[in-house]
Amino acid sequence: MKALILLSSLGVISLLAELFSFKKLLYPLVLLGLIATFIFNIGDWNAVNNTYYKMLQFDNYAIAFSSVIIVIAFLWFLMAEGFFKEETNLTDHYSLVLFALVGAVILVSYTNMAMLFLGIEILSIPMYILVGSSKNDLSSNEASFKYLIMGAFATGFLLFGIALIYGATGSFDLSEIKTAISVSGSYSQIFYVGMLLMLIGLSFKVSAVPFHFWAPDVYEGAPTVITAFMATIVKLAAFAAFLRLFDVTFFRVYTSWMNVVWMLAALTMLVGNITAVFQTRIKRMLAYSSVAHAGYMLLALLAMNNYSNSAILFYGTAYSIGSIATFTIVSIIAEARGDDGIHSFNGLGKSNPMLAVVMTIALLSLAGIPPTAGFFAKYYIFTSSFMAGNVWLVFVAIIASLIGVYYYFRIIIAMYFKEGAHEHISLEMTHKLLLIVITVAIIALGICPDFIIKLL
Amino acid sequence: MITLLLIFFPLAAALMLLFTKGEQVKKIALGATIVEFAIAMFAVTQYQFGNTTQFEVSCNWVSSLGINFHVGMDGISLLMVLLTTFLVPVIILTSFNKDYRNPSRFYSLVLAMQFALVGVFVSLDGFLFYIFWELALIPIYFICLLWGAENRAKITFKFFVYTLSGSLMMLGALIYLYLQTEGAHSFNIAALYKAGQSLDAVHQGYVFWAIFIAFAIKMPIFPFHTWQPDTYTVAPAQGTMLLAGIMLKMGTYGVIRWLLPVVPLGVVHWSNVAITLSVIGIVYASCIAIVQKDFKRLIAYSSIAHVGLISAGILACNVQGVQGGVIQMISHGVNVVGLFFIVDIIQKRYGTRDISILGGIRNLNPQFAVLFLMILLGSVALPLTNGFVGEFLLLNGVFQFNAWTAAFAGLSVILGAVYMLRSYQSIMLGETNEITGSFEPLSTSEKTVLVILCAAVIGFGVYPKPLLDIAEPSVVKLVDGVRLAMGK
Repeated sequence: MKALILLSSLGVISLLAELFSFKKLLYPLVLLGLIATFIFNIGDWNAVNNTYYKMLQFDNYAIAFSSVIIVIAFLWFLMAEGFFKEETNLTDHYSLVLFALVGAVILVSYTNMAMLFLGIEILSIPMYILVGSSKNDLSSNEASFKYLIMGAFATGFLLFGIALIYGATGSFDLSEIKTAISVSGSYSQIFYVGMLLMLIGLSFKVSAVPFHFWAPDVYEGAPTVITAFMATIVKLAAFAAFLRLFDVTFFRVYTSWMNVVWMLAALTMLVGNITAVFQTRIKRMLAYSSVAHAGYMLLALLAMNNYSNSAILFYGTAYSIGSIATFTIVSIIAEARGDDGIHSFNGLGKSNPMLAVVMTIALLSLAGIPPTAGFFAKYYIFTSSFMAGNVWLVFVAIIASLIGVYYYFRIIIAMYFKEGAHEHISLEMTHKLLLIVITVAIIALGICPDFIIKLL
Repeated sequence: MITLLLIFFPLAAALMLLFTKGEQVKKIALGATIVEFAIAMFAVTQYQFGNTTQFEVSCNWVSSLGINFHVGMDGISLLMVLLTTFLVPVIILTSFNKDYRNPSRFYSLVLAMQFALVGVFVSLDGFLFYIFWELALIPIYFICLLWGAENRAKITFKFFVYTLSGSLMMLGALIYLYLQTEGAHSFNIAALYKAGQSLDAVHQGYVFWAIFIAFAIKMPIFPFHTWQPDTYTVAPAQGTMLLAGIMLKMGTYGVIRWLLPVVPLGVVHWSNVAITLSVIGIVYASCIAIVQKDFKRLIAYSSIAHVGLISAGILACNVQGVQGGVIQMISHGVNVVGLFFIVDIIQKRYGTRDISILGGIRNLNPQFAVLFLMILLGSVALPLTNGFVGEFLLLNGVFQFNAWTAAFAGLSVILGAVYMLRSYQSIMLGETNEITGSFEPLSTSEKTVLVILCAAVIGFGVYPKPLLDIAEPSVVKLVDGVRLAMGK
């Protein structure tokens, strides 16, 4: 709860910055604010009195996910320093991002359908604006519009689903819904329709195939920092919400949604990875890779055992830090070389050896090669699925990972093997710091994963 | 403690080398690997001859998942570690006659490779084994990608994906076994053995194939060998030596430690097929080797033939076969590194390794000819060379399994003699032609390497007892355990 209050106040303060003209101080202030939020947030670990008006519940699940989200947000702010410097209307960008974070924290802690809806909207509406924040760039405008239209549809589905479930169970409250479906032996048809509609709405948010068509266009059109935000924080929050709804509330009727999610997971992994192979622009390729990673997380969601929560938390963390690193480097390269085609990475191994090494480690992590965090994340998800008996799905996941290796290694080969007469790219201090922190984190999480997986 | 030192010393040296510049790099790398070899020799002096696992270290790693950092060495592991720590300094010494771009990165990757290889050979935890197994792939991939010959990107990538797909199957099998362990699941090797042996024959068969294919790709066994000749050919000389000399042994060692005892019934059911594939590989690779013009490629194919025999002997699962496999792994490591170095020496001087156009080098440098001949004779398993000991035991082991199989496997010795002696004849004997006009004398480092390797070839050929003594008790214990579980 403290996290929510602190983040909202930070958002309001950054709006006031324009009025009282302390714009320059805002960046350090937000960073400090995030650190404070993180500290207060983990202060609530194991808190007894953690339910608020039956709307939000800050149990360890919520605190673990929101802490990870805040850490990723901190890294994201380091990455996005330039984004806040260059734009003219900077304070609304700060507040939009902070409010999006508020939405994310609500999504990991809701216990009421109304809060789920509010969380999704609070998260999405700032994102619609931020995607279009390069105002003079046509593709950014297009992306924003597309995201808005598609997002509105998805929200419609979700809302319709909530309404139908309310009709069937008579409540918005998750625990009451859970009791309602476990008491009555047979459930009305409306309930299933509602559940399916909610599944569609959430699949859209996590960009699971076949509800992923918006993702590549939006990811490509949006400013790279915003793409990174969507690929990491938005996805992680949406998954936490997904998990809370389906693995906890709808657990009793899992036979009715299991097969659907099974198909979603298999399709997402395969389509995401296969399509990524054919991309020539890195941002688009990473967009498809991000779709594919959602598929692996669905695998953990489907396992529905003790490991599901921590598997998604760990996978989300590993994937997010890897993505922040790759998007940072892509934005640096795109800015320096004016192009984000795969050939702009040619010869990076010679011109910027350190940058190439960091990119390689991040890509190895995304591809799931030991000893990186990404490997352990995949291993953990495979184990939990195996335990749940989804052997074939693990097999699909293994094939999909192999395909994934193909396109991640295309970048590595371009960096080290292809000739490119490019000059050295000098980095900002914050970016250097960020990349060092992330590299250490990727290796550290890969070698000692225990401290995250023990959380849940 | 000494095991930890053996694992992490190369890693520390690799990290240190990254930050070293200039001419010193080679010498520091050589120095570090010699220290590592000294540590391994010290381990041998401390080793109590017997069948127990020694120098064990075990500590919690990911305790919530039953993963431990558990390492230790029995006779088999100790020999593999000795082989690794002996060959890596030799391989580094072979690079003294050339200058690689970015030497600090190159040698740092070689040492990182050594770190992973030693790790593979001493792991006693399934998860740890897998991590090291995969870890070994990354440095060698970059060594081949950054310093290899023309067209390397595609070929090394094929190598990477091939091995990775095998590894992922093994990972699947390991997770499956892990979930079969009793109580709180564990990756401990004893728990995995128990879990595997308690499965019924059908399931053991599935696990057998999932794990065997991973090892078969690494070795490689026919028909999983297609990555190998190309990769060996384009890799830089030292990369090829690492691949053939040591990395290949990861596969054969894997069969001994992580396949036979894990799924004995699977081995009973499927070893026919697996041994047949190995033997087909022997004949097939030998035949191709006979018609090769490129000497490096020829040795690559000869390596497939040799490893086929090793694999057949080990899968026969009797004391002679496994014992022979262990000895032959060491001999093959020594011999193949020597042969690839000879290729490198010739290529450096003439810019070609085409057998058909070379000739008469013996007249120019008889010393080189003698050293070459000694290593070559080791490779064709002449009695009193190291190759003979291993091949004799291997053929003995295969013969106990099936006489006909042994007859075909025995072809490897004859065919090996054919292609090896023919290439020697063509390269070294005859008249000097315009291409082989003059032969730059061997440098000190080249001479040192060849003399060390020849000493190993002859030394262990005449007196293999120390190796056999270290290996035998552990092999007997392992094979007895497996045969008991097989019900034989």
